[in-house]
Amino acid sequence: MTAGIETARMSVTRAPIDWTPYLTGTGIGVLSWAAFAIADDPLGITTALSAIAGFAAMPFAGAETVWHNSYWAQNAPSLSYGSLFLVGVMLGAFAASVPSRQFRIEAVPASWRRRFGSSPMRRFVAAFLGGAVEMYGARLAGGCASGHGISGTLQLALSSWVFTIVMFGAAVIFGSYLFGEAETLR
Amino acid sequence: MTLPVTGPALLPLGVLFGFIFGWLLQRARLTDTNVIIGQLRLRDYTLFKMMLTAIIVGGVGVFLLHSDGLAAYHIKPANLLPIALGAILFGVGITVYGYCPGTGLAAIGTGSLHALAGAVGMVAGAIAFAFSYDWLKAKIMPVAAVGAVRLPELTGIPDPAWFAALAVISSLALLALQRGRGN
Repeated sequence: MTAGIETARMSVTRAPIDWTPYLTGTGIGVLSWAAFAIADDPLGITTALSAIAGFAAMPFAGAETVWHNSYWAQNAPSLSYGSLFLVGVMLGAFAASVPSRQFRIEAVPASWRRRFGSSPMRRFVAAFLGGAVEMYGARLAGGCASGHGISGTLQLALSSWVFTIVMFGAAVIFGSYLFGEAETLR
Repeated sequence: MTLPVTGPALLPLGVLFGFIFGWLLQRARLTDTNVIIGQLRLRDYTLFKMMLTAIIVGGVGVFLLHSDGLAAYHIKPANLLPIALGAILFGVGITVYGYCPGTGLAAIGTGSLHALAGAVGMVAGAIAFAFSYDWLKAKIMPVAAVGAVRLPELTGIPDPAWFAALAVISSLALLALQRGRGN
């Protein structure tokens, strides 16, 4: 990626480092200050998403069952700060993708297609199952890559560091099994 | 205005903070599943760079806010068995889904249909969790529970030393990686 820049280095004196992840990471760090000090609610996704899931369970399980469920009794489905945060995440990413011309309807990503072919149905089923397992794991552990991985680790919580290290370890091992040694992406 | 904000005034803040979070995830290219899979295959370190920066910048700020009594900590209890099992399931899930929950929701906003399929799966997973909650709470959750502890209290090493070490070690590791691939 930077090989061209390396040879074409004439007037450029600065090292070819992409600062984007550091700048966006700084932004999310500063956003964390606001989330703690102003909202008293660290950045996180799955607590609110699992509360919302109670609404989705109502049509087939019945509202009574949901309200009496011992998990939803303590994490009640509601229109709350946390659930509106989820709406904001989707809107914010949409707002960023349009002006940068990166909004794109995508059914099968390149990383998947190279290994598993271009069937949208196969990709959707896999994504559904992956999402379900991921969410079950997140709730069992009490957080996700945001709640544990950023908000918990930044508080130097033992639980969050254990989660994040074990999670990345499992993902790297399973990832090499699933995606093999295919050529570098992009 | 007294902080933290409570009641109905919090609701618009939820949209605003979520909006900024989603905007930053897209700008970081983390709404692209290829970038996340690239990280899991140790070929694209965008995710690590972003997370480590957020942890250090966020952590130093929240530590100072907390020291001045302006922020409360929210420490999740270290129930080591459910955390380890959950982390393994999460790691397998993120590999197949190609997103973590936050980047998955953000990716829906950028037009990713498979991110939407995975979000429906996440809702199904949450429902399965809620219906197995009583059993988990009795049999799995309490195993190897160490409590809501923080590394500084556990080790006696003060907070600033942790952040300094994290910054130095991750910078050196990333520099070594960059040298290694002539990047």
